[in-house]
Amino acid sequence: MPRQSHLDVALSCPAPIAPAESVLLGHGSGGRMSADLLRNILLPALQNPVLDRLDDQAIVEVGGSRIAFTTDSFVVKPLFFPGGDVGTLAVNGTVNDLAMGGAEPLFLSLALILEEGLPLDTLRRVMESIRVAAALARVVVVTGDTKVVEKGSGDGLFVNTSGIGLVPPGVRLSADQARPGDCVLLSGTIGDHGITILSQREGLEFESSVASDTAALHTLVSDMFLASPAIRCLRDPTRGGLSSALNEIAVRSGVGIELEEATIPVRDEVQGACEMLGLDPLYVANEGKLVAIVDSASADALLEAMQRHPLGRDARIIGKVTGAHPAMVTLRTRLGTSRIVDLLSGDQLPRIC
Amino acid sequence: MKYLDEYRDEKIARGIVTEIARRVTRPWVLMEICGGQTHTLMRYGIDEMLPAGIELVHGPGCPVCVTSLETIDKAIDIASRPGVTLISYGDMLRVPGSRTDLFHVKAYGGDVRVVYSPTEALKFARANPGRRVVFFAVGFETTAPANAMAVWQAKRQGLTNFSMLASHVLVPPAIRALLGSPRNRVQGFIGPGHVCTVMGYREYEDLVREFRVPIVVGGFEPVDLLEAILMLVTQLEEGRVAVENQYVRSVTYEGNPLARKALAEVFEVCDRKWRGIGGIPESGLGIREEYAAFDADRIFGTEAITADEPADCISAEVLQGLKKPTDCSAFGTRCTPENPLGAPMVSSEGACAAYYHYRRHAMVAKGRN
Repeated sequence: MPRQSHLDVALSCPAPIAPAESVLLGHGSGGRMSADLLRNILLPALQNPVLDRLDDQAIVEVGGSRIAFTTDSFVVKPLFFPGGDVGTLAVNGTVNDLAMGGAEPLFLSLALILEEGLPLDTLRRVMESIRVAAALARVVVVTGDTKVVEKGSGDGLFVNTSGIGLVPPGVRLSADQARPGDCVLLSGTIGDHGITILSQREGLEFESSVASDTAALHTLVSDMFLASPAIRCLRDPTRGGLSSALNEIAVRSGVGIELEEATIPVRDEVQGACEMLGLDPLYVANEGKLVAIVDSASADALLEAMQRHPLGRDARIIGKVTGAHPAMVTLRTRLGTSRIVDLLSGDQLPRIC
Repeated sequence: MKYLDEYRDEKIARGIVTEIARRVTRPWVLMEICGGQTHTLMRYGIDEMLPAGIELVHGPGCPVCVTSLETIDKAIDIASRPGVTLISYGDMLRVPGSRTDLFHVKAYGGDVRVVYSPTEALKFARANPGRRVVFFAVGFETTAPANAMAVWQAKRQGLTNFSMLASHVLVPPAIRALLGSPRNRVQGFIGPGHVCTVMGYREYEDLVREFRVPIVVGGFEPVDLLEAILMLVTQLEEGRVAVENQYVRSVTYEGNPLARKALAEVFEVCDRKWRGIGGIPESGLGIREEYAAFDADRIFGTEAITADEPADCISAEVLQGLKKPTDCSAFGTRCTPENPLGAPMVSSEGACAAYYHYRRHAMVAKGRN
């Protein structure tokens, strides 16, 4: 930094406030702040060709087999919510990260960080959920670790799962594969998980009949591959929502994406809660949905396959990939006008009025 | 929420646009007051649909944007003290003060929390008697009644650890200030629907008489706004000036008497500094003497904190409708939602942020042509 002389007038504000020198909550939002953290601090330390793909899972070759490998930590508050709990999320989340690489999920690890004082009954309930979710997804938890931290050093219970799966020959999915002319398919309603969590949060509780959509998506993916192999890229739009997932694909593939607002399914309850809170469902988290970029020639076949699966009943074609406005996602509104679907900087913040 | 669909219907919207185009014979400059309306206009690209002669400029109605720098500094000062929990609405946390924002205060150990309603802050104060709980109350007449009720209940319940940093602002004095400016360009206003739901629209009649400018109280959905624009254009083309109410499903002439009573019980009109505009006489609501024990500004002795705004941001002109966000040389380059130079880039309802999030591609396209 250049030395400041007394002639330098201090930047009178409102700013710019220097970029954060410590971690802010927004760094975990999946938006632009998360991307900056990754690019500026995390990746430079580790660079290698597998990691640099920045997909939801790494794909490595071991003894002639292609192995998908991924890890995820779960720090949800509250631990239990309608539709699931931190245990269900931890299994389904990691299974989904493998499935988005086209892999068949096989084995999971489970690491628990327990805060002193956590009721054992809470732990029992979470373990039961993990057991059930793993059985449903037909994956086996084969290794694990437990640590206990002092009261105040954790938030009850943090869960990390890693997972390994096998990628079938010929399957090559990545966020850089989208091509102009491709179709964008979405497996169902958006925003259910995020709005469920928000409706349970201390200080923000509101009446809602929505439940989290947490689910393991790998059987939906295998049904899709049976219908057609012409799938370029799969993403589960979790943190940061549909918008973040599609923005990432647009940037990585160097293409534009045009969405049709009227085709994106949103439950009335979710739409209502979003209206009330001033949130946009496009940015709200999902835990059991996938978005697929597919060759337009196979779009209808894939859509039908999705709609036949219980987790894809509400699947829709929601837009197309275009050569115009590379790296940008736009949306044709219900009024026929067009707007940007931007990457958010940090978390969406509830507005005042 | 199904009932909202007809207010977002393309056919109905196009029909109104056609009618506006049929009536317009010359250019008109219209201003929407409320940040929520700005947000809808940008999100749905309504300005793209309008005939070329209709220019929309964006008013000072984003409560986050107009909260003065010194008020933010006061909140930061209070939130940084040990034993204090500062509670606010979410989008206040990102607003830059002179040196930092509430997000950073939180990151460095301050207890800053987000709620949707002041009653949640009251609940927290009751449950945590060892904390000094301060609710950061900003906003227009819309949020003032609920905040007044919180103070009233705190007094009735004898809570001693709850107070409020109140910085409410009022819409009619802001319109008066805009219309009184020699640089004013605005020929008609879309009035603030939510504010009028509380206050009614009696006070807007004085403005219409005094300044000979039509005001149509409008809602927040695309069809609401197009209808309000049509009503304004009709008045202007016919040479009439009146207050009219487009948002009849929510607004009545008298407003909500209970809400107004609560507001008057706890708050009184005071002078207020607006970010980007400056001091406007009798344009705010402050806590009455009888409730001084709940006035955080007095309790924490932050009355003396003042701050001056920088000159390198054109938010003053933007908030007065004199310039568009895109007229600013810093827009989208030195000034972004990550590093806002001025408040309108901070809140999603701020005019600059709305342009940034929804309209950059249109600007890029125009630049190419």
